[in-house]
Amino acid sequence: MSNKQTLVVIGNGMVGQNFLVSLMASEIKDNYNVVTFCEEELPAYDRVHLSEYFSGKSADDLSLVEEGFFETNNITIHMGDKASSIDRAAKTVTSEKGVEIAYDKLVLATGSTAFIPPIPGNDREGCIAYRTIDDLDEMMATAKTSKVGAVVGGGLLGLEAAKALRDLNLETHVVQFAPRLMEAQLDDGGALLLKQKIEDLGVGVLTSKNTTQIVDGDTCKHKMVFADGTELETDMILYSAGIRPRYEIADACGLDIADRGGVVINDQCLTSDEDIYAIGECASWNNQTFGLVAPGYAMARTVVDHLAGGQDEFTGADMSTKLKLNGVDVASIGDAHGTTAGSLVYTYQNGVDGVYKRIVVSEDNKYLLGAVLVGDASGYPTLHQYYSNEIELPSNPDSLILPARSDESVGLGPDALPASAQVCSCFDVTKGDICTSIEGGCTTIGALKDDTKAATGCGGCAALVKSVLDCELEKAGFEVNTDICEHFAYTRQDLYNLIMVEEIKTFGELLEKHGSGKGCEICKQAIGSILASYWNDYVLDDDHVSLQDTNDTFLANTQKDGTYSVVPRMTGGEVTPDGLIAVGNVAKKYGLYTKITGGQRVDLFGARVDQLPPIWQELIDAGFESGHAYGKSLRTVKSCVGSTWCRFGVDDSVGLAVELENRYKGLRAPHKIKFAVSGCTRECAEAQSKDIGVIAVEGGWNLYVCGNGGMKPRHGDLFATNLDKETLIKYIDRVLTFYVRTADRLQRTSVWMENMEGGLDYLKSVVIDDKLQINDQLEAHMQHVVDTYQCEWTTTMADENKLKRFRHFVNSDKTDENIIFVEERGQIRPANIEERALALAEEA
Amino acid sequence: MSQWVDVCSVDDLIPHSGVCALVEETQVAIFYMPEDKAVFAINNFDPFSLINILSRGLIGDIQGEPMVSSPIYKQRFSLKTGVCMDDETVKVDSYGVRIEGDRVEVNLGAV
Ligand code: SRM
Ligand SMILES: Cc1cc2nc3c(=O)[nH]c(=O)nc-3n(C[C@H](O)[C@H](O)[C@H](O)COP(=O)(O)OP(=O)(O)OC[C@H]3O[C@@H](n4cnc5c(N)ncnc54)[C@H](O)[C@@H]3O)c2cc1C
Ligand code: SF4
Ligand code: FES
Repeated sequence: MSNKQTLVVIGNGMVGQNFLVSLMASEIKDNYNVVTFCEEELPAYDRVHLSEYFSGKSADDLSLVEEGFFETNNITIHMGDKASSIDRAAKTVTSEKGVEIAYDKLVLATGSTAFIPPIPGNDREGCIAYRTIDDLDEMMATAKTSKVGAVVGGGLLGLEAAKALRDLNLETHVVQFAPRLMEAQLDDGGALLLKQKIEDLGVGVLTSKNTTQIVDGDTCKHKMVFADGTELETDMILYSAGIRPRYEIADACGLDIADRGGVVINDQCLTSDEDIYAIGECASWNNQTFGLVAPGYAMARTVVDHLAGGQDEFTGADMSTKLKLNGVDVASIGDAHGTTAGSLVYTYQNGVDGVYKRIVVSEDNKYLLGAVLVGDASGYPTLHQYYSNEIELPSNPDSLILPARSDESVGLGPDALPASAQVCSCFDVTKGDICTSIEGGCTTIGALKDDTKAATGCGGCAALVKSVLDCELEKAGFEVNTDICEHFAYTRQDLYNLIMVEEIKTFGELLEKHGSGKGCEICKQAIGSILASYWNDYVLDDDHVSLQDTNDTFLANTQKDGTYSVVPRMTGGEVTPDGLIAVGNVAKKYGLYTKITGGQRVDLFGARVDQLPPIWQELIDAGFESGHAYGKSLRTVKSCVGSTWCRFGVDDSVGLAVELENRYKGLRAPHKIKFAVSGCTRECAEAQSKDIGVIAVEGGWNLYVCGNGGMKPRHGDLFATNLDKETLIKYIDRVLTFYVRTADRLQRTSVWMENMEGGLDYLKSVVIDDKLQINDQLEAHMQHVVDTYQCEWTTTMADENKLKRFRHFVNSDKTDENIIFVEERGQIRPANIEERALALAEEA
Repeated sequence: MSQWVDVCSVDDLIPHSGVCALVEETQVAIFYMPEDKAVFAINNFDPFSLINILSRGLIGDIQGEPMVSSPIYKQRFSLKTGVCMDDETVKVDSYGVRIEGDRVEVNLGAV
């Protein structure tokens, strides 16, 4: 205990926390008692994804601190307490709340603040910086009473902030001092195109505007007055015009400060005091500060290494970035302006599709120095690899930005990368690290992410990680056998395509043409499901019945004792008192166990197979339909009570849920599908945990896709915002049909998404931009399913022949003596083995 | 023992699938593969889930051996021998079964 040194970290932001995590993962973790000061009310959270707070991510979702992290590692964290001074002679730190701590080593990770331009009136109410969760809370509160919002600053962050205001349904303007947007990264051509794209999002763009003062407005709360005599009325103002490193505390104790701000550090990240380090945005290395998280993480690693006696050096950082805005592709790499002496430039501009690309190469035409991509940033991963790993360019570098006119692919195959190539810059994961992890058994993207952290930061490297994985698996001779089973040498998607293209309607026909043997439970179930998704024929037809799992065969869910459960549909969770009474009467008459399900409906358990038809007859007579609880098909559309009753409701969530459930009921899919609709962002229907989630917002409906509860919960991805109902339904039609066509067997939408190359962006490009030109087909398919819906129980009740199956014995009216119930809490339950043996013995 | 019992008509069987018959107090699962005019009979009791359910499983073949997959926990049983293909220490009884004209007969003594 006493031989431990004390290490104090000031600031628990992204980099401070990353430092703690790296330190705890290192061998020297036990050498220190670690203490950290956290000025904010929350421990470290993901500032990079801050804007997602608006689209429903909670502070919890954004947290970077694993549960119990501080406790397990014995780190003392002073929450909501700002370190106010450092006494370098006494080696102590004092805080605002009066804590005084003696340190052996000190790490400054104080980050930066948003730069507020020194304009008279800049501190009026409703003028907010864009940096912390507190800022965002203030923004949301202010937005409630605002109609118009302005963002000062047209850089990466400013544009993100503008999009956020737009999503809060404000009339939004970006006010840019420079003559073009993103002046640090873009040239005039790129910036002009970007301006159009931003305007297409419904955001006004004012460039070359020098704000001279902010005063009372005439139509809004404020008026911004510009040097050119023009004005802008606005109710709130967001500052996003750059950042200023926070070095006050360092300055006050006499550490060297750089001319342009920031605590001066050397290659080991040491300040002018050899016991004090500075990392992240507060540090200035080589007269540069870094407004990105990856360099901060690199500094954190350097310090841990230095404390452990290592030789690592911080050597500057790659400032390449991609803008994280839906629908606006912008990326910039390295020397985008071509300022390197002798550099050459290639530009590709396509006014029709709105694409602008430019690469800067070295004098000898061999190396990539920089790039700008607007309108299509798909080439970013490849270009970034050429740049960061100094890989020699192909002889005609412009092929990297020209659209592919032939089959020839100019992408950089993952095989060409050296093991040392950095694949994920956020977490400094090299290709070598990924390969080691694959060898260690991580053969899925999910496992790789967990193991290496690659692709869990900005996500920019996800596509590359996936291609490295695929390539390595293939090389390792991993017989990635994707055949569905021994009877069909095809994947589910292949089978789907065969059925679609050759218009195959039965399993027998498919087996004869493309398979061998008699089939098995795997291919039969999968093909039965595909046929049902595509043709939507009655599943108990003679041609189909033998393909169904027992649940589908008996249109009910088998229970552990061989009885079945019955789930009538209650769309949106709605049921009339009469309906409820009818269900109750049926349950009482047949002695069924009754339970409210997690899907907002009533489940009746303990029905013998021969009781299913009479039970259903009574339910149908009372107006109920099959709930398809047994199928790999649409289950429920859960709803909250919504605007009809709820004082917070923004729209009629129940109405929409009922409509959606009626539209998609009966849809068979690779796995079950669940929806939910919430009436406001309080999210009482838990829509973000569903395959399809819809949340009412002021501007319409926000659509989330590919969420999951179950074994591996996954939050849905925000797919599109402020949709009207018609567009919402169109998007859902397309997403679901695309899922049905391309997912693997028994793959939920969540796993489908995780495995999709290109991920969410790709799905958006298919569904929203119609990249594959199949949206008409997808919608037509769904319309066919909707038009051919039938309640399978109603159809079955009308067919004597089908009802023959609903008996335990073909040759006797007896029932299965093995089914025995006992009573518990006033209802039946299956007898356990002892109880069953006892009962059978008594009978005998 | 060893006698053929009439159980049902061929029409009562479900092509490519199974039904359960009560033969002298024994629950017999009978499967029908019409393309080969083949019928198979094994005990209906699933030794893994301990319930009478095998007749409701999906059928097919594995490496040419006809089989049924239990609907509860998916173990596969040979339709010829009743041996569990996922765990050969487990076996259910198999019985004689034949089609005579349009009638189906089971013999609990024959295999
Ligand atoms: C009845 C119910 C539990 C209850 O009493 O509340 C239930 C019961 C079963 N669930 Fe469930 N699940 C029920 C809601 C849920 C929910 C909650 C929800 O839907 O909001 C979930 C988590 C949400 C989700 O699916 O993302 C859920 C996740 C699962 C899973 C895990 C899926 C996954 O992706 O990890 C399974 C296993 C599977 O499908 O492979 C499962 C499978 C099952 C099966 C079918 C297991 C089986 O094969 O016997 C259960 C029998 C159903 C039956 O009626 O006999 N059930 N199950 C719920 C029926 C809802 C309904 O009205 O239809
Ligand atoms: C909206 C937004 C989007 C962004 N997008 C990207 C992106 O796409 N890619 C990218 O690379 N970067 C992005 N960034 C930048 C990235 O968030 C920062 O680079 C990163 O947060 C820097 O980490 P840091 O720890 O140095 O600073 P911070 O995360 O700001 O942490 C510093 C912490 O120290 C605390 N602190 C300061 N002084 C004291 C004191 N005296 N005592 C106690 N605590 C103190 C502060 O309150 C703060 O919590 C974005 C930033 C924002 C705001
Ligand atoms: S989600 Fe909103 S509208 Fe729906 S019940 Fe909850 S608070 Fe009310
Ligand atoms: S580069 Fe940001 S997550 Fe990998």
